[in-house]
Amino acid sequence: MTEAEFDALRAFLKTRSGLALSPDKRYLVESRLSSVCTRFKIDSLSHLVREIRAGRSVALEKATVEAMTTNETFFFRDKGPFDLFQDVLLPKYLKERASTRRLRIWCAAASTGQEPYSLAMLLKEAAPRMPGWHIDIVASDISTEVLEKAKAGFYNQFEVQRGLPIRLLVKYFTQVGDQWQIAPEIRAMVDYRYLNLIEDFNRLGQFDIVYCRNVLIYFDPNLKADVLRRIANIMAPDGSLLLGASETVLGVTDALTLDPAHRGLYSKNAASAAPKMFAVGGR
Amino acid sequence: MNYCLIIDDSRVIRKVSREVAEGLSFRVAEAENGEVGLQACQAEMPDVILLDWNMPVMDGYSFLKHLRATPEGQAPKVVFCTTENDIDRITRALDAGADEYIMKPFDRDILAAKFQELGVLPASHSA
Ligand SMILES: C[S@@+](CC[C@H](N)C(=O)[O-])C[C@H]1O[C@@H](n2cnc3c(N)ncnc32)[C@H](O)[C@@H]1O
Repeated sequence: MTEAEFDALRAFLKTRSGLALSPDKRYLVESRLSSVCTRFKIDSLSHLVREIRAGRSVALEKATVEAMTTNETFFFRDKGPFDLFQDVLLPKYLKERASTRRLRIWCAAASTGQEPYSLAMLLKEAAPRMPGWHIDIVASDISTEVLEKAKAGFYNQFEVQRGLPIRLLVKYFTQVGDQWQIAPEIRAMVDYRYLNLIEDFNRLGQFDIVYCRNVLIYFDPNLKADVLRRIANIMAPDGSLLLGASETVLGVTDALTLDPAHRGLYSKNAASAAPKMFAVGGR
Repeated sequence: MNYCLIIDDSRVIRKVSREVAEGLSFRVAEAENGEVGLQACQAEMPDVILLDWNMPVMDGYSFLKHLRATPEGQAPKVVFCTTENDIDRITRALDAGADEYIMKPFDRDILAAKFQELGVLPASHSA
């Protein structure tokens, strides 16, 4: 693959998925795309780039984008955001939404499902306190491969042990050979959808709680700001956003503001939200 | 400094677990069976115990029963660490007073995540 071809590939990935790949990441491209080449019977990365440029195969483009995503995740990742859900957010919205008994949650980069399922299990545990509530968990990702795995709900022994309390494993999983499958009633709580964050997502409707964790780190600052602004737009006025442990909105956008009492929790910035009402349609 | 006791008849497993625990700033002691483990607990009660199931002299299950029968023995977090990985075993362990359960083989991330979940990670390592 020539320098020019590598640049073309980087540009392609950036426009398709937002992935901002620095020039020193050649090794990453080589290791991740070799399986795509094999699958599509393409003999080299040069050839792959030529095929993509020619725009002949949607399937190849999709496979290339998906192969370049990083899907690492685990149950109750970093613990903090899930403690916050249980101890702060649920009590808050149980009170604030008592009249509608409706709660909408979005996992904006759900990967193989551990994040939405962690929330679903916490909600199941809280169910006795929520009679008659209607809860939506929308879980989306750009990779159909991870979405399929999430929907099936099978995890290996390593995956079910990373962060998942044993009591929840015993309660909500069944052993199938050397795999563990999450219970149908938990699976049924999560609505998985294909969604590319660089595209419009207004159609999802309004959310009370958004988990957008460990995906914006792959985007450049402009796109990061754009996605955060659009997330803020579909959050309820008193909605909550949770980012990954190493992420922040600080210096990226003023549409959101850090909750001083809770690390990693963001709410809509009332001051900057107001002028947007006059800017509908304009970008 | 948080104190971790590893009870396992396999020297290899003890070594691996010790390395992980020490990497997380635990002070570590080892015992090769439940009986030696109980003696160690009498000398000083650990903050967390990594416990194998099948061991000669006294197995992990009997150890746990003995430990939890005393008032001081309620304190340590006990993590079973065993190749027994069926639901029935896990349920028995939890009923006997285990706090967590790790199915072998495991890795550093799993052990660290369990420690974090149990809230026993030394301050310098908790997120
Ligand atoms: C590292 S995982 C994060 C999973 C989970 N949120 C967590 O924190 O554990 C990042 C996920 O973002 C997805 N992703 C990458 N670019 C995306 C885009 N443009 N739109 C939607 N999802 C994207 C990847 O497919 C991947 O599954």
